[in-house]
Amino acid sequence: MIDTLLSGHELHKTYGATPALAGAEFTVGAGEIVAIMGPSGSGKSTLLHCLAGIVRPDSGTIRYDGGDLTAMSDTQRSALRRSDFGFVFQFGQLVPELTCLENVALPLRLNAVKRKEAETKAREWMERLEVADLAGKRPGEISGGQGQRIAVARALVIRPRVVFADEPTGALDSLNGERVMKLLIEAARDTRAAVVLVTHESRIAAYSDREIVVRDGRSRDMARAT
Amino acid sequence: MRSRYTHWVYLLCIVLGMSIGHTLLGLLESGPRHGYDLKRSFDERFGRDRSLAYGQVYSTMSRLLKNGLVEIDGLETSGGPERKRYSITDAGVTDVEQWLGQPEKPEPYLQSTLYTKVVLALLTGRDANEILDTQRAEHLRMMRDLTRRKLDGDLSDRLICDHALFHLEADLRWLELTTARLSELTQEIRT
Ligand SMILES: Nc1ncnc2c1ncn2[C@@H]1O[C@H](COP(=O)(O)OP(=O)(O)OP(=O)(O)O)[C@@H](O)[C@H]1O
Ligand SMILES: [Mg+2]
Repeated sequence: MIDTLLSGHELHKTYGATPALAGAEFTVGAGEIVAIMGPSGSGKSTLLHCLAGIVRPDSGTIRYDGGDLTAMSDTQRSALRRSDFGFVFQFGQLVPELTCLENVALPLRLNAVKRKEAETKAREWMERLEVADLAGKRPGEISGGQGQRIAVARALVIRPRVVFADEPTGALDSLNGERVMKLLIEAARDTRAAVVLVTHESRIAAYSDREIVVRDGRSRDMARAT
Repeated sequence: MRSRYTHWVYLLCIVLGMSIGHTLLGLLESGPRHGYDLKRSFDERFGRDRSLAYGQVYSTMSRLLKNGLVEIDGLETSGGPERKRYSITDAGVTDVEQWLGQPEKPEPYLQSTLYTKVVLALLTGRDANEILDTQRAEHLRMMRDLTRRKLDGDLSDRLICDHALFHLEADLRWLELTTARLSELTQEIRT
């Protein structure tokens, strides 16, 4: 059994009158890849946002690496996000004014790494994701699939301990979706990063080690379904 | 009358695994070979989950021979058992060409076992959700195995696994949709 790195217990979150989470459970171990599946509006993204410390649940606890995320201040949580977490979303995540290289280097720069060192590391990750030739281009000048690989490079550049990916291949065709997943999974395995992967596509979920299904804000651990 | 009969026999052959014959014929197009060689290249390229039995090769080749699609190119009798070398005839090449040019019949799987299980569960007051979820987990388990196999494999592994993956995905989407429609279905079945 893998030691738990990040977990959520009895998570509740309501937006106005809309219950988004109603007692969701979640655990992921170091180096483990867990898929979160479920119908649209069931609370997948809300769960991911809570686990990543972006959204504060109304009640319930989130533990990360032995600490209590729900007890941290906003400043502490954003510091943690910058140092330990990487993010890949469906679209619109790259800063349009920056070049691709600057985009990938950005998380390091936010962690006060010097420009030269940050860009060297960024270049390494871009090579690894086979997008090094796009270094000088801006996000508006590249394709969706290329943009997703840039986004994966940016998520991994700080060597995060957890990568949060919300529909990372949602806007891509099968071949490009697969390339992005393969590179993401390989890189995560190499760095022993945990991956929390929200997807409604089963072929994408099949890259995970385990899946949970969220329905009406409640989670179901499919490993225990049978 | 006679030609209609042969037409149906021919169709039946297609349905009942005539594709092994076509595949062997296709392999022969690159040059004459012994039955043993044919079996080996078949297994290498297409036999991942179902390698051919010698008997199957032998019976298929004698059928192709009888139909004039292959001919004996040489006989070896030195030492062991007699070994026939086959080569493809012009009629054989035409046959392969026709087979390749003809689309396969799409199988819509209406009335699948899964549908039957769900309806039966609802009729007998059992938890259909549980059945759907158990199946879903099983499908994903298989998709995971195939994905792993694909990641470690070469291009032909990937193509074969992808074909299976897309089919499983289609099933899984049906499972999800049915889960979402379960209360509607329950009402309809119980009234
Ligand atoms: N910021 C918000 N303000 C108000 N309501 C929200 C907000 N975010 C989510 N919701 C609501 O919470 C519920 C769960 O939303 P969530 O985005 O978590 O679903 P999801 O499972 O990610 O769906 P999808 O597959 O469509 O992305 C929905 O009813 C949604 O409308
Ligand atoms: Mg979402």
